[in-house]
Amino acid sequence: MTVTVGWYLALGAALFGIGAAGILLRRNALVMFMSIELMLNAVNLTFVAAGRAVGLLEGQLSVLFVMVVAAAEVTVGLAIIVAVFRRRSTASVDELAGMSG
Amino acid sequence: MTAETVVFIIFAIASIAGGLVMIGARNPIYSAMGLLTSMFSMAVFYVLNDAHFVAAVQVIIYAGAVMTLFLFVIMLIGVDKAEDTTERLPFQRPLALLLSGGLLVLIIVAGRAAWVTGFGIFSGGEVNGTIENVADELFGTWLIPFQATVLLLTIAAVGTIALAQFSPRVREAAAEVVQAEADSP
Repeated sequence: MTVTVGWYLALGAALFGIGAAGILLRRNALVMFMSIELMLNAVNLTFVAAGRAVGLLEGQLSVLFVMVVAAAEVTVGLAIIVAVFRRRSTASVDELAGMSG
Repeated sequence: MTAETVVFIIFAIASIAGGLVMIGARNPIYSAMGLLTSMFSMAVFYVLNDAHFVAAVQVIIYAGAVMTLFLFVIMLIGVDKAEDTTERLPFQRPLALLLSGGLLVLIIVAGRAAWVTGFGIFSGGEVNGTIENVADELFGTWLIPFQATVLLLTIAAVGTIALAQFSPRVREAAAEVVQAEADSP
């Protein structure tokens, strides 16, 4: 029994699904943010596995670029969460319904 | 069973368990620990796929810097507040599970062709993600996109500084909003 690329792609799909479920289920903005990170990681895994399968190094380079974007996103996103917390003393997205009708 | 199979099964279980702990834990600290488990497992998968440099970057940036930042913010805004898990909308939770399950099925259906009939056992050329090979590609073919990421990171840093500015005028406005909400029934 050898590990084929399909195993990695299936695992990536499962982790992506877990991340999507986290975003839909949780209301803590931090945990939703972590779910986004998990989804990005799942996509990175598929990049690396598929890159190895077709024999291209570009898969790993895509992962590097995704990591850069994720790092920028984490910096700005956590700054927004902290700014919101300082104003409203909460990190729950349910409480941030100020723009609802 | 080859060694790769054994390692894959162990860390696949670890990463999925980490993901489930992340979305299930009520305390954000436990969520962060679950995500950390998933990210370390991911680094192991990168090593299995000969992506040595990416594995090192994964541990340093994700498991190191990003998770430290997450834990710092969790500590900053309070760890003792466990989230209440009651839902105001009655169909929110089943609907969310249904939607994410549907998304998973959709991904599997979309990728089925490649998984079942596609590359099969890794058949392409040898890909060795050493620092030298990655750098040759990154600073050769992909130099312009790499420079664009520098711009992106600069913009992100400037944006963070702009967000961190909390002038007295803004503070008064925020206090008024909180006061108005406290007054309203």
